[in-house]
Amino acid sequence: MPDFILKPLTALGHDHPEVDILGPWTITERADIALASLALRRGRLGDVQTAAAAAGVPLPQAGASASGAVYSAFWMTPEMWMVEAPYASHEDIRAHLLPAFGDAASITEQTDAWVRFDLAGAGLERLFERLSNFDLAKAPAGAATRTVMEHLGCYLIKRSDTLVTIYGPRSSAQSLHHALTVAAQSVL
Amino acid sequence: MIIHHPILGPRDAQEFVYLGDASLIGRPDGLTASIEEFHNYTYLRDNPAGAHRELWYHEQGDRSWLVVTRNTVTHEILQVELARDVARAEGRSK
Repeated sequence: MPDFILKPLTALGHDHPEVDILGPWTITERADIALASLALRRGRLGDVQTAAAAAGVPLPQAGASASGAVYSAFWMTPEMWMVEAPYASHEDIRAHLLPAFGDAASITEQTDAWVRFDLAGAGLERLFERLSNFDLAKAPAGAATRTVMEHLGCYLIKRSDTLVTIYGPRSSAQSLHHALTVAAQSVL
Repeated sequence: MIIHHPILGPRDAQEFVYLGDASLIGRPDGLTASIEEFHNYTYLRDNPAGAHRELWYHEQGDRSWLVVTRNTVTHEILQVELARDVARAEGRSK
């Protein structure tokens, strides 16, 4: 049997995550995060809350995100959250979560469905007002929402006034990256 | 037009997709309903000048289905509910 030596590529297709520094902003591709969606099964809220507390998985309110020691999470839709964990330790994130939640929740691996960009710097609202109808300036730190940028359904998480995370569809990673860099260059 | 989403607060109507009359929730029972009932359900719609209950989908947001009561004359939005809650209140969901 021949030995295949496969080279892992990031969503943008390189060996290493891309970092763009544009004026005051840094756009960083993040390939070091594992994702899984967690959907409540009917009538099992109590079980899921107990399991989440024991496993250290935060379950933020609607429109919010929250961070824990290992896991962080953001709200996607009623009774559904996306759970984030470090890829190095949680590459098989579903296998980590499944024993904790059992049949109280449906857990789906999402890592390779998304591309993540972290945007850092002051005045990010100037950039996002060109990309999305979400009012980043008014949103509190920790806000998380789904929005549309460049015709792509994306999740936007405002970690702080100077740090925003975007999750977009991985198959459109380059289009989203293009939109972010063009918007940044146009408001420099 | 702003739709006051019951969970997410005021959102631009552009984020939503319109489906139509909320009476679509009340599908007749396929085993017992008559052909006339299904015909009415499939083809016949009221077209009121005034308050109208309709289904909207938050496509660019959390992808929830809403029942929006809208005045078709003034476009004033009178009430917004989660379609899930409306359906369950009507006994549609087990």
